[in-house]
Amino acid sequence: MDTLKCTECQNEPTEEELYSQLDDLLIEYSQKPGALIPVLQITQRLFGYLPENALKVISKKLSIPYSEVTGVVSFYSFFSTQPRGKFMIRVCLGTACYVRGGKDVLNALKKELNVDVGMTTDDRLFSLDVGRCFGACGLAPVIMVNDDVHQRVKSDRISEILAEYKQNPALKEVV
Amino acid sequence: MINLTVNGIEIQVSDGTTILQAAAKVGVNIPTLCHIPGKDPKGACRVCLVEVKNARSLVASCAMPVAEGMKVFTSTKKVRDARKMVVELMLSEHDGDCKTCERNNDCELQEIARNLGVEDIRFNGQKAKHIFDASTPALIRDNGKCIKCRRCVTVCNEMQNVGALFPQGRGFDSVIGPAFELNLDTVACVQCGQCAAVCPVGAIYEKSHIEHVWNAIDNPDKYVVVQTAPAIRAALGECFGYEAGTLVTGKMVTALKQIGFDKVFDTNFTADLTIMEEGTEFLVRLKDKLINNSDVSLPQFTSCSPGWINYVEYFYPEMLSNVSSCKSPQQMFGALAKSYFAKKQGVDPKDIIVVSVMPCTAKKFEAERPEMNSSGYQDVDYVLTTRELARMINQAGIEFTTLTDSEMDNPMGVSSGAADIFANTGGVMEAAVRTVYEIVTGSELPTENLHLEPLMGLDGIKTASLLVNGTKPEWSFLEGVELKVAVVHGLGNTAQLIKRIKDGEVFHFVEVMTCPGGCIGGGGQPRFTTNDVRAKRISAIYKEDEGKKLRKSHENPDIIELYSEFLEKPLSHLSHKLLHTKYSHKEVN
Repeated sequence: MDTLKCTECQNEPTEEELYSQLDDLLIEYSQKPGALIPVLQITQRLFGYLPENALKVISKKLSIPYSEVTGVVSFYSFFSTQPRGKFMIRVCLGTACYVRGGKDVLNALKKELNVDVGMTTDDRLFSLDVGRCFGACGLAPVIMVNDDVHQRVKSDRISEILAEYKQNPALKEVV
Repeated sequence: MINLTVNGIEIQVSDGTTILQAAAKVGVNIPTLCHIPGKDPKGACRVCLVEVKNARSLVASCAMPVAEGMKVFTSTKKVRDARKMVVELMLSEHDGDCKTCERNNDCELQEIARNLGVEDIRFNGQKAKHIFDASTPALIRDNGKCIKCRRCVTVCNEMQNVGALFPQGRGFDSVIGPAFELNLDTVACVQCGQCAAVCPVGAIYEKSHIEHVWNAIDNPDKYVVVQTAPAIRAALGECFGYEAGTLVTGKMVTALKQIGFDKVFDTNFTADLTIMEEGTEFLVRLKDKLINNSDVSLPQFTSCSPGWINYVEYFYPEMLSNVSSCKSPQQMFGALAKSYFAKKQGVDPKDIIVVSVMPCTAKKFEAERPEMNSSGYQDVDYVLTTRELARMINQAGIEFTTLTDSEMDNPMGVSSGAADIFANTGGVMEAAVRTVYEIVTGSELPTENLHLEPLMGLDGIKTASLLVNGTKPEWSFLEGVELKVAVVHGLGNTAQLIKRIKDGEVFHFVEVMTCPGGCIGGGGQPRFTTNDVRAKRISAIYKEDEGKKLRKSHENPDIIELYSEFLEKPLSHLSHKLLHTKYSHKEVN
């Protein structure tokens, strides 16, 4: 993974390249039924988020009304139309995490990062979002930072967790 | 066949029937706020809950198919309490005041709440997100009143293939609307108003012109003329308790005169004129193609339906040259009222106000098109829907049912039966064929009662072919030619037909009507329009047509006079100036 990440660092793709990759993707998927969600997932991975222009291209090439595309995007919390930070923090507010203090953890994160849910820090390092159950109820309350799962999180441990990522952003990045 | 009982009544229905449909067969009405007959059930509103013996919970009758031996109870205490709770929860977030609502006394939610005995608002919850969207000429969206039944989503996507509306977001915060909760003018909305026709509450409705019209009538300096579309006379009666399909032409004219219009004219008159212009345009295209072999676009598409014009401008710009250059009858009327009629009557056209009564919301959009002013003045000033006219009649204190009949005024009030049938799917084509056939052969269309049977009825796509025989010398190039025509209604069907044409199927002439059933099923018609209602309105229109001595547009004496006195001939220079238009590719975003 490290090698992959390093090449990406050196050759950050231009917007033009990203859209040309999207075009290829849409050619591949245009005849497949149920293509919308996988296409959106891959597009989000490519761009880091779902820019409006990309959604318009998707709508056109898949012949799905734009309103339906944005309807699906806004329905699923894992899709974002805002640029995202390097690290996506998701706080689980499913039932188990909620009763074991998920809300307190969320409040502590908001305070520590000085952002609201759905927003990104000014340094583009962290984005904050909530989720409804990551399927790790036994570890509640849970937060995810990109693909890392942090279990039994307490509010006062937040700054410690964040520090890991702040100190060495490259190490933990997930492509 | 499946045997079941509904409230103890035994009934046998075919497999796949839903409980809702089975109950209707034995006269048991189950309320619903999201169901559209003929469309897949959504099960969104939960008002149609019923009790099924031995079932774990109450079931949504719109979506639940019947099963052998099923015992259904539609009005037990459990059912009544559950429905009432569902409606009370809807009301808890419903941001509207019945007293001032557009839909007061015509609201399905209000009616169901009253029937269920909801007497106060027990839960005063957080209100739904309030987005008030008056961005387009024809439609107003008021999301605070939306109950998220999704009927509008069904018609906009499944029936009309437009896709302007879709649920955005999730749960309580969701909003039914265009992408990113933006306004309708940011998307390719064709303004057909089918959403407004199916909305059970006051969340989507037409932008009213009633006040403007009253102001014009009250202004002594204005000469206010009104035109009524052919589809109004077969539907207006429904607003006053008449059965669907009751013709009220004469009463409507009397009511319009009592309201105070200076002249009551007929859009039918310019429907006849449309046949002259559009029929001639069609023959010219055929001639160019068959004799001169020139690169002319065929099939020719009709252009009367403004929702269709918007649709082709947004979605099929490559087909624009196929669309007849004729303005719609509404616009032709306006252009002539402010030129021909103004001159004849000795009124300064700047003082003439043209009001239309249309079954349509897109006509409001069409009237506002900036290019529609070839007489030097905007062709049409205000457009009322059938529903708005009914409201004006009530405002004027007119007891509609007691009115005697009156005749339309001259010189734009006489029309043929061919003009009447512009109101329904298949009608414009039949009217055109009646005239074109006679021009080409010199003899009357040899079909029974002048009808084109294969083009009648509610099938989505109808086709026919006509072998031309016995042509007059000047039309001999058409001898033995098989003319192929198609008729579509509903934009979803239109998209399918266009695909067939692109795949190589040959047609010469295609009639498109935006709304299912044609104008009689327009977005501005009395609610609620089902296929049964459409069929009744259509049969009323054919009755009007067959009841007239004058059945063919080219025989209308006032049209003949209009040409001899003013326009000279079809497609003349003046016709082109006043009665024809151009289309352009519209893009959104």
